Amino acid sequence: MKKILLWGGLGLLLVFLSIGLYRSQQGQVGAGEIAPDFELITFSGETHQLSDFRGSVVVVNFWASWCESCKPEAKDLEDAYQYYRARGDVIFLGVDYVDIEPEALAYLEEFGITYPNGPDLRTEISQAYRVRGVPETFIIDQNGVISHVQIGPYSSFDHIRSTIDPLLD
Amino acid sequence: MIQKTNRNLLWILAFVLLISLIPVSTFAQGSDPTDDDVNAVAKQLYCPVCENIPLDTCGTTACEQWRGIIRDKLADGWTEDEIKTYFVNQYGDRVLAEPPPRGFNWIVYAVPVIIFIGGGYLFYRGFQQWRSPEPARNDRKKTKTTSKSVNLSEEDISRVEEELRKRSQG
Repeated sequence: MKKILLWGGLGLLLVFLSIGLYRSQQGQVGAGEIAPDFELITFSGETHQLSDFRGSVVVVNFWASWCESCKPEAKDLEDAYQYYRARGDVIFLGVDYVDIEPEALAYLEEFGITYPNGPDLRTEISQAYRVRGVPETFIIDQNGVISHVQIGPYSSFDHIRSTIDPLLD
Repeated sequence: MIQKTNRNLLWILAFVLLISLIPVSTFAQGSDPTDDDVNAVAKQLYCPVCENIPLDTCGTTACEQWRGIIRDKLADGWTEDEIKTYFVNQYGDRVLAEPPPRGFNWIVYAVPVIIFIGGGYLFYRGFQQWRSPEPARNDRKKTKTTSKSVNLSEEDISRVEEELRKRSQG
């Protein structure tokens, strides 16, 4: 009985450690995978559910006000949002990663960002996407499948377009 | 007359005492928390974006901002627990130096106890063997031998004796 308990305990411990290691070793959610669904409550209080946007291309950008490398792409993302806005089938969502609301709002104002942005509460969205840093951008196609993952900032407006246009008719 | 004067004096004293307390409490409410006050809370929290760095020793811009939040909340009269809850709601359980005992977090609390109990048991067994290693082995051998002889019935013993007698005669 003692032996069973001892080996059982050791086995359980190994299972827990293995799960922990497996989780830490998992890479990012990549192209070709179904985009994890999430709910984003924006700074202005609107609620957006990713799954509600099936049929549209969705651009999910993870950023933070303290992130220096997020700044160069901020204006380009807003320009891209304005560029596709009239079509109505390209949605932009900004997920503010571990940030402070006043600083985040100041950042949005500084770069004139108008598309929906909200905090990543309890870091649930970034954990679901296994985000390792900011900025990271996920382009999700009309079927809810990730078609492109941009690690680091986009270099230009054209760079953003080059990852969205192939998905559009 | 004297009694009335004393009573008035008591009322005046009580009033003065009450008035003297008001500025003190106002000062406490409006006073800025010291760095020590901020760090007392910050050391119970971890930087959400850096690996294993407590918030009180973290030097990044983000950490400075978070310490600023702690300062603001303390100045607003928030308690340590309220501030920690706020951080957990914003950034998740991983900001806590001591994760709450739920889900996978249980492993953090269970492993040391399991190791302690297991280690104690192994130590106890080792100590027992160390105290009387040989007798224990001899006892085991004896037990084995005895158990074999015990299994022989009277009938078996007489058969063995008969066989031995035949062989010695032959």
